[in-house]
Amino acid sequence: MTQDSPPSNIVRSPVPESWRTALGIRLLPEENVLACLEVDLDERLRFAPGLVALTEARLLAAGAAGEAWSEWPLGAGLSLLHHDHAGVGTVELRNTESRLGAWRYTLAQNLAALRLITQFEAQQHLLRTGVPPDPDGDNLCPTCKAPLPPDEDECPVCTRELHTPPSTWTLFRLWRFARPYEGQLLTGFLLMLGATAATLVSPYLYLPLMDEVLIPFQNGQHIAPTTVAWYLGGLLAAALVSWSLGWAKTYILALVSERISADMRTSTYEHLLHLSLEYFGGKRTGDLISRIGSESDRISVFLSLHALDFITDVLMIVMTAVILVSINPWLALVTLLPLPFIAWMIHLVRDRLRTGFEKIDRVWGEVTNVLSDTIPGIRVVKAFAQEQREVDRFREANRHNLQLNDRLNKTWSLFSPTVSFLTEVGLLVVWAFGIWQVSQHRVTVGTLTAFLAYIGRFYGRLDSMSRIVSVTQRAAAGAKRIFDILDHVSTVPEPLNPVQLPAVRGAIELRDVAFRYGNRSVIRGLSLTIHPGEMIGLVGHSGSGKSTLVNLICRFYDVSEGAIRVDGIDIRSLTVADYRRHIGLVLQEPFLFFGSIADNIAYGRPGASRAEIVAAARAAHAHEFILRLPQGYDSLVGERGQGLSGGERQRISIARALLIDPRMLILDEATSSVDTETEKEIQRALDNLVAGRTTIAIAHRLSTLRKADRLVVMDRGRIVEVGHHDELMERQGAYWRLYQAQLRTAESHLDD
Amino acid sequence: MTESRWQLQRDGFGRLVLTDADGVRHEGVVPVRSFPIAAPHEGIAVVSADGHELVWLERLADLPAQPRQLIEQELAGREFVPEIRRLAAVSSFATPSTWTVETDRGETRFVLRGEEDIRRLGPRMLMIADTHGIQYLVRDIKALDRVSRRLLDRFL
Repeated sequence: MTQDSPPSNIVRSPVPESWRTALGIRLLPEENVLACLEVDLDERLRFAPGLVALTEARLLAAGAAGEAWSEWPLGAGLSLLHHDHAGVGTVELRNTESRLGAWRYTLAQNLAALRLITQFEAQQHLLRTGVPPDPDGDNLCPTCKAPLPPDEDECPVCTRELHTPPSTWTLFRLWRFARPYEGQLLTGFLLMLGATAATLVSPYLYLPLMDEVLIPFQNGQHIAPTTVAWYLGGLLAAALVSWSLGWAKTYILALVSERISADMRTSTYEHLLHLSLEYFGGKRTGDLISRIGSESDRISVFLSLHALDFITDVLMIVMTAVILVSINPWLALVTLLPLPFIAWMIHLVRDRLRTGFEKIDRVWGEVTNVLSDTIPGIRVVKAFAQEQREVDRFREANRHNLQLNDRLNKTWSLFSPTVSFLTEVGLLVVWAFGIWQVSQHRVTVGTLTAFLAYIGRFYGRLDSMSRIVSVTQRAAAGAKRIFDILDHVSTVPEPLNPVQLPAVRGAIELRDVAFRYGNRSVIRGLSLTIHPGEMIGLVGHSGSGKSTLVNLICRFYDVSEGAIRVDGIDIRSLTVADYRRHIGLVLQEPFLFFGSIADNIAYGRPGASRAEIVAAARAAHAHEFILRLPQGYDSLVGERGQGLSGGERQRISIARALLIDPRMLILDEATSSVDTETEKEIQRALDNLVAGRTTIAIAHRLSTLRKADRLVVMDRGRIVEVGHHDELMERQGAYWRLYQAQLRTAESHLDD
Repeated sequence: MTESRWQLQRDGFGRLVLTDADGVRHEGVVPVRSFPIAAPHEGIAVVSADGHELVWLERLADLPAQPRQLIEQELAGREFVPEIRRLAAVSSFATPSTWTVETDRGETRFVLRGEEDIRRLGPRMLMIADTHGIQYLVRDIKALDRVSRRLLDRFL
C-alpha cells in the first residue's frame, strides 16, 4: 500500500492508485486527504468499487467510477458510525436528524474504516475546539490499539496473516528433517552406488561367456574350465558384494528414515500444541489424529522403501545407459528409444493420480470423522435411537471413499499394464534390431545377450519406477497435509522481542476490546479495569460473551480489536507460556489426565515436592477424600477421572491451580456441575484459592458470587452494569432481572 | 400475532420502526430469515434491536406490498452470501489460495484459508468461508461450467 512519491496534496494516508486522479481534481488547493476508505460493495451489496475520503473540511464519497461525487462539509452534529454483520461492515454518516449516507465494505477494509473514523473524530474535535485532540498516549494502531513501530502505518500485529500458498515441491521440504542425518545419508548413498554398480557386473560377464565360451563350443571348440571358473567366480563375487552392500545400505537408510519421520511426528505435534484454540475449534479431531499418525507413517514408508528404490533405479538406469553406449552406441540408442515415451506417459498420469490420492486422503479423514463424532457422543446416539442413521452416515462416507477409489483405479489399472506392454514392445524392438545387426555381423551374439540381459533389468526398473509415481504423490499429499499444520502460524503468535514479565501484581486492564469469531462479533467495545487482588464476578445469559472474555484474558485467543494489559503490559508482548504461568484456571468440567492423583495435582508444576502437593490438596479440601482411596495419592485416574465424583474431580483441579500459586485466577462455572451440598465444599476450597489473587469468576448461580468485590453484567458482548450486589439490586437493572428470574426458578423447584 | 396489527416504517436514519399491536414503537428492528439457505422465503422473524422476536411471518409472500418491500429492502442490505457462479482462477491448489470468482453480486477475489473452510451442505451444495468470514455459496456444483467444476474438484 505504501507509495513512493505521494502527490503534493496528499500527505499521509495514501489514496489508492485507481482513485488518484478522480479525487485529485476535486480537491481544493491546500486541501489534504486525511484518510481514505476504499469500499468494495454498493448499497445492494454487489461488488463495486467506491471511495470515501476525508479532508480537513469535507467528507467526499463516490460510487462506481464515473458516478457523481457527494460531499458533506464537516461540522457540528455530524457523526460517523460503524457496525458489522455477517462479514459486511457499514459506515454511516449521520447528523442529528437523519442518515446522510451509508457505505458498505467487506471486512478486509475494516482497518481503513476504523482509521477513517478515528481521523474523522479527530478532525471534528479540531474544528469544534480549535485544538487537536490529545494523541492517545503513543502512536496506536486503530484496530488493536497496539503501539505502532515509529514511522509505520501498518500494524505488525494486524497484518501478520499469511496468505501465500506453500510450495508444491513439498517433499523437498522434508530435507529440514533430514539435515541432522546428513552423514548417515551420505554413507547410505555411497553404499547404494556400490551395490548398484556390483549388480551391473554380472550381465557384463555374459558377453565374454557367450562370445568366448559358448559360441566357440557350438562351433566345435573345447570349453576351457579355468576361463569358465574365472567368469563364474566373477559372477559369484559380484552377487556377494552387491548383497552385502545392499544389506548395509538398506539398514542404514531405513534407520535414518524412521528417525526422520519420528522427528517429523514430534515436531508436528509440538507445533500443533502451540497453535491457538481457534485452530482446534476449526478442525476435527479425527483429521488431526490421522495427519500426525498415519501421514507421517506413510512418509516414513515412502522414504525407507519407495524413495530408496527409486534412487537405486535411477542410478541403475544411468549406469546401464553408460555401459550400453560404451559397448555399442547404435544398439544402445535403439534400446533407449522407448524411454522418453514411457517417461512422458508417467508424467501424463501423474497429475490425475495426485489429485486422486489427495481426494482419497480427505475422504479417509471424513470416514474417521464420523467415528470420532459418534464414539464420544455414543450416549446421545443411543438415547435417541439413531444407531442406524449413524451407520448410514458411515456407509455414505465409505461409499464416497469407494467411489473416489474406483475412479482413480480406472486410471491406475490401465497404467501398470501399459508400462509392461511398452516394455515388451521395447524388448521386441531390441530383438529385431539385434538380430538384424548380428546377421550383418556388426555385433556378436554375446553383445546381444548382454544387451538383452541389461534391458531386462532396465525395463523392469522402469516398471517399478512407474509405481513410484503413485507412492510419491501419496507421500507428497501426506507431506502437504503435515506441512499444512507446520505452516500454520498461530493466531496467538509469540512476540519477536518478548517483554520479561516481572513479579506480577495482577492488575488487568481491558481497553476497547472486541472479538470476532468468524464473522460473528462476540465481544464489542468492552473496557474494564480490574485491580490487583480484586474479585470480579461475571454474570449474564449464556452466549453473552463471558467465557469468550475469559478466553481472551487467558490469551487462548487474541483480541480482534483493542488490547488487554496486565500490570500495564500488553499481553501480546509477553511469551505465551510465561504469561499463562501466572494464571490459574478452574473449569466447569475438570479434565484429569491419565496418571496418579499426585501427577494430576502437579500438572502445572511437575517439579513440586510431595509436601507441596499435600498442602495444595489440603487447601483444596481434597486431602481427606484422597486418603480414603485405596492407593491414596498414587491412585490412578483415567481421562475423565472415572471413579471420582464431579466434586472430587473439581477439588483436584482446584488443588492443581493452587499449586502453581498464580496471581490471576479464573473460575469458569467452577461449581455449576455439582449439587448444592458439594458446591459448599468446593466453595470452601475456592475461598482458600481466591484469597489475595485477582479473580475472575463466571457463575450461573448468582448466589455463588456474593463474595465478589464487583459484579460485571454482560449482555450480547457488552458490559451493561458494573457494581456490588447490593448496588445492582438497588438499581433494578439487568442484574436485578437476572436475580429475580433465578429466584423464581428456585421457588418453582421448591414447589415441585 | 396477526399480520395486520402491526406497522412498519423507515425513519430518517434509515432504520425500520415497527409499531406493534399495542401501539409500542420499536426502533431499529431487523428482519431475519430463519432458514436463509434451505427456505429463504419462509419463516421470517422481525427482531427488535436487543434481539427479541416481535413478529413471526410464516411466508413473506402473504404480506401486503408496503411492509414486504421494506423487509425485502432491509434483507437485501443485510444479507451477504454471494453465490458463486463461476471460478475464474485459483492462485494455487494448495491452501491458502486466492480465488477469483464470479458471483451473483459481481466479480471478486478472496482468500481460502484451508480446505476445511469448504463445507458440504448437501450432495451438491457448498458453503465456502473466506479469511474474513464472508460466506460464499455454491448452490449446485453440477450447474457450474466444466472449468469451474474441475478447479473446485481439486479442493473437495
